[in-house]
Amino acid sequence: MSSTERRAIAPYLFFLPALVLFLTFSVYPFYLLTHTSLFEWDGISLAKSFVGFSNYWNVLAHDPVFWTSFSQAGYITLLALTLQNALALLLAIAVNRRLAGGTFYRTVFFLPPILSEIVVGLVWFWIYDGNFGILNEALTHLGLSDFARAWLADRNTALTAVAIIHMWKGFGWGFVIFLAGLQTIPEQLYEAARVDGAGAWLRFRHITLPLLVPVCVVVSILTILGTMQIFALIIATTGGGPGYHTEVPITRIFHSMLGTSRFGYACAQGIVFGLILLVFSLVQMRFQRRAV
Amino acid sequence: MKASRRFLALFGSALMVGAAGCGKPAALAAQPLRVWHWMTDREAAFDELAKRYQQETGTRVRFELYAPSDIYVQKVRAAAQTDGLPEVYGVLGELRDLASFINAGHVLPLEAAMSANGNAWRSIFFPKALEVNTFARENPYGVAPGIYGVPLDVMNVQLFYNKPLLAKLGFDPNQPPDTWEAFLDAGRRAAAERLIGFVSGWAELWLIDCFATDYAIHEMGVKKVEATYRGKVPYTDPDWVRVLGRFAELRDSGMLAEGIVTIGNKRAEQLFANGQALFTFNGTWGVNVYQSMNPDLEYGVVMPPRTDPKRPMVTWGGAGSSFFVNAKSPRRDEAIAFLTWLTAEPQQRYLTEATQNIPANRAAAADLPGPLAAFADDMDQTVHPRLFSVQEESTVIEAFDKGIQSILIGEQTPEEVAARVQQTKQHEARQRAARAARQEQGHVVD
Repeated sequence: MSSTERRAIAPYLFFLPALVLFLTFSVYPFYLLTHTSLFEWDGISLAKSFVGFSNYWNVLAHDPVFWTSFSQAGYITLLALTLQNALALLLAIAVNRRLAGGTFYRTVFFLPPILSEIVVGLVWFWIYDGNFGILNEALTHLGLSDFARAWLADRNTALTAVAIIHMWKGFGWGFVIFLAGLQTIPEQLYEAARVDGAGAWLRFRHITLPLLVPVCVVVSILTILGTMQIFALIIATTGGGPGYHTEVPITRIFHSMLGTSRFGYACAQGIVFGLILLVFSLVQMRFQRRAV
Repeated sequence: MKASRRFLALFGSALMVGAAGCGKPAALAAQPLRVWHWMTDREAAFDELAKRYQQETGTRVRFELYAPSDIYVQKVRAAAQTDGLPEVYGVLGELRDLASFINAGHVLPLEAAMSANGNAWRSIFFPKALEVNTFARENPYGVAPGIYGVPLDVMNVQLFYNKPLLAKLGFDPNQPPDTWEAFLDAGRRAAAERLIGFVSGWAELWLIDCFATDYAIHEMGVKKVEATYRGKVPYTDPDWVRVLGRFAELRDSGMLAEGIVTIGNKRAEQLFANGQALFTFNGTWGVNVYQSMNPDLEYGVVMPPRTDPKRPMVTWGGAGSSFFVNAKSPRRDEAIAFLTWLTAEPQQRYLTEATQNIPANRAAAADLPGPLAAFADDMDQTVHPRLFSVQEESTVIEAFDKGIQSILIGEQTPEEVAARVQQTKQHEARQRAARAARQEQGHVVD
């Protein structure tokens, strides 16, 4: 082999390990997932029955619970996108003003995201408990016992109660990313605006917000992907109940796979779910690129 | 450069030695016999038995316990898919799940071992305990007939009641309510006293299903239940609506713990053990759980109350946990030897004392203490869906159990739930027909 040929091959050799890893741990599992989705299989039997696109048809046309779970995950995502991220941004702005104890707040706000979802779920389960929960006790002491209820078992409050736990646990991520974004904005811009007589709101609207748009895109995408895939928190608090009121797509996929032993069907649900998330992300990136 | 070559040579030699060693029977025998189970409350007793077995035979056994049970189910399934099952393990789930494990070659048939020496091993067990691990000659799963599992204990699920609370409400603590109306009445009185009348882990669908199955069989008999599973009787039949209606009556009585549909069994056990609930619906294992949580708890055990005094009451049970031998393990004979030892009378007696469960070995169950005796007395009145001649589709079971949750939270009426379950049943029937057609056309691959 001539030196020219060796030089031509060399770059490919460098990315070969990465390619092998990518093929092994991403492409091949995806192929297996797609392949399994075309079969009826209980996950144990040696024989699989080929069903073509029947699993997909059943997901799309005969599984209203799966689509309900989608809208429920969408509701939690909507709350997270708005309330959770607004709170994260507000706190990031506050901490960025170099308040006394800024490091302390930074640490405290970042604590919930590093806690295990199962632990967080169990702690909040005790708070929300309908029999001896802290929240109900507090309401009773405040003379608001009429509002006391089993928050996670009431169909009117269960989903929102779970969403609140999710937001409490998740706002720290947005906070850290927003804070990093805020620290990249040159201070001179604010000084110039101040000299020109711009108040706090105008500075926020015309400097902070436009320069934070790329950060907002990242935070929004992470929020959507993270929230739509909420799972452990649901398992630790409601298990998808009462009835189907806190079911989300991943709990349905999990249930199809291990609750009712329909691996092929679960794979089809997983692919449909993945495709929808992909479309969401692409659309959002396009819109926000336009905004930038 | 030299150093790295030396390192590579050493690493390569180590790999070769390791690979060669892996295949040697001597190395295999040095490994402990692994046993997987899900009941972590038995850990100390299992470890003690493993120690005794090693002392007696020289064979090391390691119990690996994984809880909760749904996590255990995942672990066993994942291990089966990668041929990573231990020598001995338990299979949780419906009969069709066990059949899948057997058909995939993960479970060793035990008929020969059980029948050897004039049925010596088989004869030590309660027949009901063996039945759930036995496939009949014409089973719908294509499993070769015979025994596949070794029962460790037997169980049933009954109503536990708190004696002091019952007395406080004006009832004789030794005469718990035995009719549905008296049961509801006690629950109403408990609610009026701001006590929890009834708690159970009804966030876990299987426990709801136990309760519903008890009443379905009580109110309409096994034959009609099986006819429903076969599709001959719709879920909208008045008997089924009446069974679902029992949950509406429970809800309306005000006796249910707040948020019962999101309370897991562990939490329910805590509430009862702490003396905060009058009744709970729980299994034999509860005796050990309450003993460890509150040794001073005064309680009794009774069959679920009858809704019709003329019909016999049944309760879900018969089988406790069972062990299966991994057919793909080269140490099958060692596994059988261990299970034979484990189910012998001395070991079963020890397990009963240490874990407060009813042993599968009849001789060891001869003189059980306190509440366990009540459970053992009612073993003849147990039913187990695994023993039905036909099994319901898992999606229909889910629709039924989730529907009951909807009734309990006041979202749907029994009639609405029955209609929805029937809809799921019809969809599944169409799916089953399509499946049969595919099988006829040979669209099945290995």
